[in-house]
Amino acid sequence: MLSRVANSIYWLNRYIERAENVARFIDANYDMTLDIPDSASDQWQPLINTTGDHELFAKLYGEANRENAIEFLVFDRDNPNSIHSCVRAARENARSVREYISSEMWEQLNTFYLMINTAAKEESMDLPHQFFVDIMTASHAFIGITDSTMNHGEGWHFGRMGRMLERADKTSRLLDVKYFILLPSVDYIGSPYDNILWGALLRSASAFEMYRKRHGRIDPKKIVDFLLLDANFPRAVHYCIVTAMISMNNITGSPRGTFANKAEQSLGRLLSEFNFASLEDIFEHGLHEYLDSTQTRINALGAAVQTEFFSPQDIDSTTESRTLE
Amino acid sequence: MRFDGYDTEGFYDEVFDSQGKPRPGADLLIQRVNALPESELQRRQKAAERALLNLGITFNVYGSEAQTEKIFPFDIVPRIVQAKEWEIIERGLKQRIKALNSFIDDVYNDQNILKDGIVPAELVLSADGFRKPCIGLKPPGGIWCHITGTDLVRGGDGEYYVLEDNLRCPSGVSYVLENRMLMKRTFPMVFDACSVQPVTDYPSRLLDMLQGLANPGVRIPNVVVWTPGIYNSAYFEHSFLSQQMGVPLVEGGDLVVKDGEVMMRTTKGLERVDVIYRRIDDDFMDPTTFRADSMLGVPGLMKAYSAGKVALANAPGTGVADDKAVYAYVPEIIRYYLDEEPIINNVPTYACWREDDRQYVLENLDKLVVKAVNESGGYGMLVGPHSTVAEQEEFAKRIKANPRTYIAQPTLALSRVPVLVDDHFEGRHVDLRPYILYGAKSTYVLPGGLTRVALKKGSLVVNSSQGGGSKDTWVLNAEGGPSPESALQKEEGL
Repeated sequence: MLSRVANSIYWLNRYIERAENVARFIDANYDMTLDIPDSASDQWQPLINTTGDHELFAKLYGEANRENAIEFLVFDRDNPNSIHSCVRAARENARSVREYISSEMWEQLNTFYLMINTAAKEESMDLPHQFFVDIMTASHAFIGITDSTMNHGEGWHFGRMGRMLERADKTSRLLDVKYFILLPSVDYIGSPYDNILWGALLRSASAFEMYRKRHGRIDPKKIVDFLLLDANFPRAVHYCIVTAMISMNNITGSPRGTFANKAEQSLGRLLSEFNFASLEDIFEHGLHEYLDSTQTRINALGAAVQTEFFSPQDIDSTTESRTLE
Repeated sequence: MRFDGYDTEGFYDEVFDSQGKPRPGADLLIQRVNALPESELQRRQKAAERALLNLGITFNVYGSEAQTEKIFPFDIVPRIVQAKEWEIIERGLKQRIKALNSFIDDVYNDQNILKDGIVPAELVLSADGFRKPCIGLKPPGGIWCHITGTDLVRGGDGEYYVLEDNLRCPSGVSYVLENRMLMKRTFPMVFDACSVQPVTDYPSRLLDMLQGLANPGVRIPNVVVWTPGIYNSAYFEHSFLSQQMGVPLVEGGDLVVKDGEVMMRTTKGLERVDVIYRRIDDDFMDPTTFRADSMLGVPGLMKAYSAGKVALANAPGTGVADDKAVYAYVPEIIRYYLDEEPIINNVPTYACWREDDRQYVLENLDKLVVKAVNESGGYGMLVGPHSTVAEQEEFAKRIKANPRTYIAQPTLALSRVPVLVDDHFEGRHVDLRPYILYGAKSTYVLPGGLTRVALKKGSLVVNSSQGGGSKDTWVLNAEGGPSPESALQKEEGL
């Protein structure tokens, strides 16, 4: 397939995933602040930090409160990662590969965009929860339509790889920011708030119910284990990397455990790190350090995907590879 | 919603005759529309517009902050063409395209028609669409213009005339297909009752034709559609056609010439391209042959083309034959190459470079339509009866300064169709652009084509850039059997 087309499919999936994550973060946070009125205002700055755009936010708005955080994260056109900007970018990418994706995918994405566009023009948001649910549903519908209307060939794998890398990045950021805010709040330990706060973290990753089934009681370490290392929960970092690897192997045609280029090599290394990681080691190493290094590696991986597959001038250069003997 | 108050106001109407009776074939449509409950038609019109928006069948409107996108206005009442009429149009178009293709091939090779003085050589060689680098080219099968969209109009006398030949990159066929899809959704019952010739197989026929252009040695030819990019106003059509044909849509940056062959950059390296359906002007295709400042082009493309390594549809240089000055000679061109009389006539045309014609034009500017030969899309035009004295004086000056660049035609009383305006019908002027695929083995004329409507009251300019819209065009089957498309539709349960 054309490199340009692969690039667009990869990014349009990343953008949709990003929009969905931001919607879920806000929704979970909103819900939580209604339960804890006193500390409500404290909870919006960490949310901004989760997205990684706190510097831009400080420049545009200064101190965070509910109104400006939502404006910034949802509608602000000057924020390239606002939901509005993401969906617009996803649609622009889809427009440039409209002949490659299915009509159903395009129509879903276009309707999604028109919905956000209409909401952006409205004065007030009466039912924020419904709005965010609509966004998440639109994203889920897009994924479902993609799965059931598009060939599961190279292009589809590029899209899924993009989605998985984006999701791994967002879950690890969420954990990184929230864990350290929640931990020191010893005052809450054993109080109902404790459960509410940690529950909100899980809800931010749509993980609350599945965590309950897997581990039962709320326990910070087990939450880390679940969001980071679980191989079955679809938003856990480990699961994302496993799935990205499958797509990568399908794209390059490399057998499992081998690599055809630098991007595949670094994804493989990251995967084996997660395959053999244990919670004990992670906490010994330092959770923050571990998450930080994971994010750096995911970023580097994204850059490698960009040069190996999408940059036309590099296509002729032979890259180092290794296959099983 | 009824046609009761509808007035043809003395124009030739496509649906009603001069007595206000439905024309043959249109009565069913009128019956069904008349039977619709109050405001049902408006509701369906709105639903169709919403569908267009959701499908993203829009074009960009530039210069506004909000990046507004507009749908190409669509009127819900179809235009009906009788089988008998269509049969003549089809033969006429096939004849015309055959002659024009011979003309292009001749102009770039032996130039017999110029030597025989049928068309003035200086006129052809100075035409805006004439491309010197094309001299001596021998495209596969001797075919230059594979895809054509010819603009037809019907005058007050009820006859069809050719208004313009579009031999370069005619656009609009995607709207024909989308309009049909919408009409089948909106009016399944009416569609079922009328027996309409199908248009949906256009993409397959286009693909067949394109694949036929590849070198005989190639087993499965790689066909691509080449677009200038997403900001081109016809981008929707480019992507639609490549999607419907299942071939890659490429931009200039995706293509590169390597070892004399045209390749596309894929995730697995370079891959050869055999046939390019290019939707980009000659000038921008290859900076080493045409415009050196083209950012969209592929250096070396023309060399690969001349060497027969890649096929282009249409061939470069076809614009020489749709020059408005050359247009005036098409009847002679048909007689010269085919020894036949034209089946569809030209609109009578005054060529301002001829002394007598010019004199007549200058004396009758208030009655004529004057067109600059190098402009299209309704620009550079004077519509005499709708112009001011100052505008006429301005054009008189321009004509005297550059007679070569102007032609004039009588102001035609273009035929009209009923259009839904708020809660009633009003007559609006239309033209018709059928599409012709000229292949080595056969020529295909899409039954129907794009009916463009001048939505502004009284306006004669149908171009979308000037407030035009479109309608679905129903060419009826001769025998009145059931429509094959509606049968298909039932099967699909749509």
